[in-house]
Amino acid sequence: MKDITAVQPTSSTVALFATCMVDQFLPEAGIATTRLLERFGVQVEFPQSQTCCGQPFFNSGHRPEAIARVKATIASLESYEAVVLPSGSCSAMIKVEYSHLLEEDPGWKLRAENLSQRTFELSEFLAVWNASTAPRSPGTRTQLSATYHDSCHMCRLLGLRSQPRQALAATGVELLEMAEPDRCCGFGGSFSIRMPEIARAMGVEKLHQAERSGAQVLVTADPGCLLHLRQCADSQDGRPPLLGIEHLASVLEERTR
Amino acid sequence: MTTTVRNFRQTARIALDDIRLQNALDGATGRFRKERDQALQELPDAEALRDHFKVVRDATLADLGAHLREFESNALKAGAHVHWASDAAAAREVILAIARRNGVRKIVKSKSMAAEEIELNAALEGAGFEVIETDLGERIVQLAGEPPSHIIAPAIHKTKEQVAELFQAESGEPAPAEIQALTEIARRRLRQVFLQADLGISGGNLAVAETGSLVLVSNEGNARMVTSLPRIHIALIGIEKIAPTWDAAAVWLSLLARSATGQPLSIYTSILTGPRRPDDVDGPEEVHIVLLDNGRSRLVGTKFEEALQCIRCGACLNACPVYREAGGHAYASPYSGPIGAVISPLLFGLKEYEALPHASTLCGACLEVCPVRIDLPRMLIALRQASVSVGLPSGNEVRAFRSAAWILAKPARLKWVRWLLRVLQTPFKRGSRVLILGFNLPALAATPFRNWQRKHGRR
Repeated sequence: MKDITAVQPTSSTVALFATCMVDQFLPEAGIATTRLLERFGVQVEFPQSQTCCGQPFFNSGHRPEAIARVKATIASLESYEAVVLPSGSCSAMIKVEYSHLLEEDPGWKLRAENLSQRTFELSEFLAVWNASTAPRSPGTRTQLSATYHDSCHMCRLLGLRSQPRQALAATGVELLEMAEPDRCCGFGGSFSIRMPEIARAMGVEKLHQAERSGAQVLVTADPGCLLHLRQCADSQDGRPPLLGIEHLASVLEERTR
Repeated sequence: MTTTVRNFRQTARIALDDIRLQNALDGATGRFRKERDQALQELPDAEALRDHFKVVRDATLADLGAHLREFESNALKAGAHVHWASDAAAAREVILAIARRNGVRKIVKSKSMAAEEIELNAALEGAGFEVIETDLGERIVQLAGEPPSHIIAPAIHKTKEQVAELFQAESGEPAPAEIQALTEIARRRLRQVFLQADLGISGGNLAVAETGSLVLVSNEGNARMVTSLPRIHIALIGIEKIAPTWDAAAVWLSLLARSATGQPLSIYTSILTGPRRPDDVDGPEEVHIVLLDNGRSRLVGTKFEEALQCIRCGACLNACPVYREAGGHAYASPYSGPIGAVISPLLFGLKEYEALPHASTLCGACLEVCPVRIDLPRMLIALRQASVSVGLPSGNEVRAFRSAAWILAKPARLKWVRWLLRVLQTPFKRGSRVLILGFNLPALAATPFRNWQRKHGRR
């Protein structure tokens, strides 16, 4: 794991980089992220010039297209003191891969490194911001047990394992660990399109492990994992899914109302 | 051999539908992972040792030629013959010539991935030699007529019931599906063969330059029989598996078995330096060491050199969630799993193995367990880039990525293309998914998040 020490933000205004997946397929996670941050006194701005961080192009080997997205995303976000994302893997793209991709262009590389230090995955931001997700009125909180799925880039590239769990636990969620919380769910971007049978087998395995934890809901901080796992759950022999599959932002938002 | 995405998926589907195979694979890889984790925890500072080993492997490869020459000179001094094989055909030729010259009839082999790589058995059998694998796993896949499906556990995909069937078919005698009994059957059968064979062929886990020695690790003792009973011993080893000194070899050995099977050391660690000496009670009269290049030297000094640091422990296979579902045969290469997905295209051709760089979610579990910390995800992405730059992806794929890049370049463009796609997706929508042209994709939400934000921001 690389040492990516984020700079503590001083201003209460952040840019929200929603990610293309949330923008196009999962707007409710973006809405939850916005409401959650505002609840903690953070002013959320949404730079309308943002689209996609470039990860799909980078991961599939389409480097020139990736670099175009990377530069556009830097230009869109770099004027903010802090940038928050409801996605671990897009955060890792910005924080870890951007400066590698721009290695040969010192000016851009510097801008990438600059942005990297001010980019936060949602639960990472909440921890740095010292946002207490403790329920306002603990007595009225409904019981909820959750099992947390560590998305690969978030835990292995960014080392963010405790932050999402702590945020959940602080809202009174009972955390039940599954057997291999950091085993890949099988999404892998274009992987799930190229090799759908294997992606599905991996997703089903993940769901079985999650179900065996006894939790009511599987929580993940990545929209990609979320959509993939929901699909795997929907197509499981037509039986109703045993557990809910929710974005971290949605659970936190609902439980801090 | 070639592995297209279609072939990979086809073979993987067979593995996915085979419940016995899935159980065998889950059980064995799970045990390997657990044992590996424990064995590393027993070291005073496994992380520091891995860092150190990385430095050792880096430095060795930086001066590979010199270390190989030193190895050759010391092996010659010890009385071994050293052969340089630039490719698979050259290696096969060297080995066939030795066998022919000596009137060999029966050959015993211990496990060697390099021999799998050069398809040695087929060449030897084609030339009329009888070849018997003596590693239990290799013996099982030889009887089944299949290639190995795991770097260190060739028959990982087989259950004991299937092994019993194979043994019974070979001997005609009943074989119970019990591991102890099956091992005894194999032992009885192989004991005879060891005594009859006139040539033993082994691989090599590492070669130590400062003494010209070969190191072989095994758990069954068969490697010791193969290298000491027959009159001639041939060892086939890749040129990258060189330790300059015994200090380096010690670090290597302290991580190899731990990463592979979770053992501090394998049951047998054999150190072989030259043929038998006059006062030795046993050992081969002739020792030949075949140093195999076969595409390796081409990687030195490139961004793929790191792949040569691999010591073939197989830990990345056990960790890989794709391997654990698809099994080893889908890779159609002696080297499967994450390391196979990187070195098969590098050694045997990117066009021939175009699917393998894509047989990964880039989850990084391989990097996490690799004793040499080989950055396999980075190399998988670099191979995908290389595929694009030599034009391997289909026209449709290239058009899809270019169109997506064009659409995402301007939010205004994204807005109207999205509107159009939303209309077009309607007839193909099933719940929250869109099923089109054989793809199962998430459906576009009714309203994008940016629209909500625009209204929200104006409050």
